[in-house]
Amino acid sequence: MTDFEPKIIGFLCNWCSYAGADLAGVSRIQYPTNLRIIRVMCSGRVDPALPLGFLAEGADGVMITGCHIGDCHYIDGNLHAKRKYGLLERLVAKAGLEPGRIMLDWVSASEGQRFADIVTGFTDQVRELGPNPAVTDPCVKLNLMAAKAAAAEYRLRALVGKEEKLVTEGNVYGEEMTQEEFDRIMEEVVETEFTRNKIRLILSVKPMSVKGLSAETGIDSRIILDHVVALRQRGWVDLHEVQGNSPVYRAMEVQ
Amino acid sequence: MSEEPRIGVFVCHCGINIGGYVDVPDVVEYATGLPDVVYAEPNLYMCSSDGLQKIQEAIKKYELNRVVVASCTPRTHEPLFQSACEEAGLNKYVFEMANIRDQCSWVHMHEPEKATQKAKSLVRMAVAKARLLVPEEEPEIDIRPTGLVIGGGVSGLTSALSLADQGFKVHLVEKEDRLGGTLLKLDTLFSSNVKASEVINPLIKRVKASTDVTVHLDSRVADVKGFIGSFDVGIETRGEPEMLSVGTIIVATGADYLSPEGLYGYGQVDNVVTQMELEQLFKEGGRLDGVKTLVMIQCAGSRNEERPYCSRVCCTEAIKNAIKLVKENPKRDVYILYRDLQTYGIEFSMMEYDAKKSGVKLVMYDKERLPEVTGGKRGPMVRVYSPLLDEELTIETDMVVLSAPIIPNEDNEALSKHLKVPLNSDRFFMEAHVKLRPLDFATDGIYVCGTAHSPKEVAESVSQARGAASRAGIPMAKGRLKTAAITSVVDEAKCSGCGTCIELCVYNAITKNERGLAQVTSAVCKGCGVCGASCPERAITMRHFTNEELEAQGLAALKEA
Repeated sequence: MTDFEPKIIGFLCNWCSYAGADLAGVSRIQYPTNLRIIRVMCSGRVDPALPLGFLAEGADGVMITGCHIGDCHYIDGNLHAKRKYGLLERLVAKAGLEPGRIMLDWVSASEGQRFADIVTGFTDQVRELGPNPAVTDPCVKLNLMAAKAAAAEYRLRALVGKEEKLVTEGNVYGEEMTQEEFDRIMEEVVETEFTRNKIRLILSVKPMSVKGLSAETGIDSRIILDHVVALRQRGWVDLHEVQGNSPVYRAMEVQ
Repeated sequence: MSEEPRIGVFVCHCGINIGGYVDVPDVVEYATGLPDVVYAEPNLYMCSSDGLQKIQEAIKKYELNRVVVASCTPRTHEPLFQSACEEAGLNKYVFEMANIRDQCSWVHMHEPEKATQKAKSLVRMAVAKARLLVPEEEPEIDIRPTGLVIGGGVSGLTSALSLADQGFKVHLVEKEDRLGGTLLKLDTLFSSNVKASEVINPLIKRVKASTDVTVHLDSRVADVKGFIGSFDVGIETRGEPEMLSVGTIIVATGADYLSPEGLYGYGQVDNVVTQMELEQLFKEGGRLDGVKTLVMIQCAGSRNEERPYCSRVCCTEAIKNAIKLVKENPKRDVYILYRDLQTYGIEFSMMEYDAKKSGVKLVMYDKERLPEVTGGKRGPMVRVYSPLLDEELTIETDMVVLSAPIIPNEDNEALSKHLKVPLNSDRFFMEAHVKLRPLDFATDGIYVCGTAHSPKEVAESVSQARGAASRAGIPMAKGRLKTAAITSVVDEAKCSGCGTCIELCVYNAITKNERGLAQVTSAVCKGCGVCGASCPERAITMRHFTNEELEAQGLAALKEA
């Protein structure tokens, strides 16, 4: 390979993984220098918008590690980490980025060797993938920014927040939902929110017509129109001007 | 906060631990140029009293309002630096650490240039976060005045009694059906040759008589939840579950002895036993009358690739038993075959002299040419090459005694997972810091003593047990403890009252207020941040780990130095 040195950001939970990383040090276990660790109290604290933001800004890989399932310092924070990571995976895929650029795994405080192995493996994997295309390809960057915006919005967050309960206990009416049913709904909402946020980002740079948006995104103009209508209802998009017969839309500043 | 950040960066050499691999002066110079950094300096040991004083002087001299120390891990040293900042009048939450030792110099020892680059990067990230830090107030929690001691051997009994003597209630959990642990199996203890029973029996008696100590025999820890002050520990007694509510936990689970199957004829040749079995023969009395020649072999299963550590007690134990055997019958030939005889310390080093004086024959052997034990006519036959004599000796014996090492308990793994405390590479429990916090785990409220921690003799175990009980007694005596201000806080202007956070919080720290909006009880919040990462309206901020702070850290990481 070339002398490409991937930039990797790691979110490590304070109680297990960060301690495991320290143990790798105490044990003098060597691993590649590419990882930059951000300490968080719990892997469940990793808001998917954060890794997506770093990927948009050119991180070549983002890893998240927490306590092993069942061993979470905060009882079940890592289960929430897993749910959130599910959303992250969907949005990374939606943005057209290689799935190998993100990773979630579990490292206990006593697993220094395992930590080093995971870092080495992930670094090799990202090195193999090469530089993050978002750095050179504005389309990928736009997609990742749209993914980040989608992850920061109410609908996806509300859905992921309820996932554990909906799938394991059922809704307020006591109706249980299978993981498959949930996944189907999730996929739909991810598609919708991703596209709407992308439209909004495009319009924030330059006002466009539905036709123009369709050409820009490669999405059927009828679908774009539906999204534009929804975005207007949310107050995120408004009419800018009418060119000929085509209304041109612009993005609104949202508080 | 309107105050402009004035950041001081302090970069530690940690002797050669960092300085030997990372170009510390270069990192200091780099730090000086980072935004809002008004001062940077190196120190040989930042955690020394001199180092701490330098930080405090700089805070005053340069009017610092944020401090970054680039050194080891916050898991062991953050509290020390935070209190130094507090003494100099800063709030402890305006302090940030860059881990350039455990997560940099130690893991990149062969790549000094890249390690230096990474150290700069880690400092840049810490400074980026420090710029956004704000002072925080700490909530207080109650500490239950009850301790849990896991293990009913000499360490567990000692620490349980010590806690009870301090006025606390104690739950003592022992996996066997009786108290006493390893000392029940020993005949005498070096160096005073006191009977092991004379040490352990009074402890057992006192524990049984104590109204403050509740003993749970045949019991195991099955589940641990909670934090310092309020641990909920699920135990199982002969399959029956029970929940114990305690404030602190002492791990005194002891250790095991290696059964050296296949080593030096053990299990194959008759009359090859371990020191532990020899102790039993002593206890039974008269069993050794016919033994005229006896050979002890040291390091039987330790200080090798599989078990690199020294088991610490075997040399002194062998010498104690050898002297006893020779004194019983001066005509006996007793040999100790050793690699390095280590009867350390004041009282034990004299024993080596005593052994020689009483006629115990000490023969050094070579690690590359280990002694061999085969079946002979009268008993085990030992052949040993002595590098000092440069010849091979053949010894016809009646008995061979193997000094097999103390090994970690098999269930250490499971317990370490329940308690979320680490084991070292030898699978013994590992303290937070070998010198600064030798009896604590990095997790607050959990302490360690005795051979659960490492092989050690009884007096050392007793000292550690008392020490661990004293450590555990500190928060329990205070009764209240300030907890980290790392808690979540709701922005009511953004909260829609959807209740997602309330459902997600396992500590029930979030409730709805009279306006139907989420409200966090800080003292109950443990700071995991799950609520903040999930809040649909992004109305929840995690103190000290805000989105803005984490984002700044990550973006700083992506910026090339």
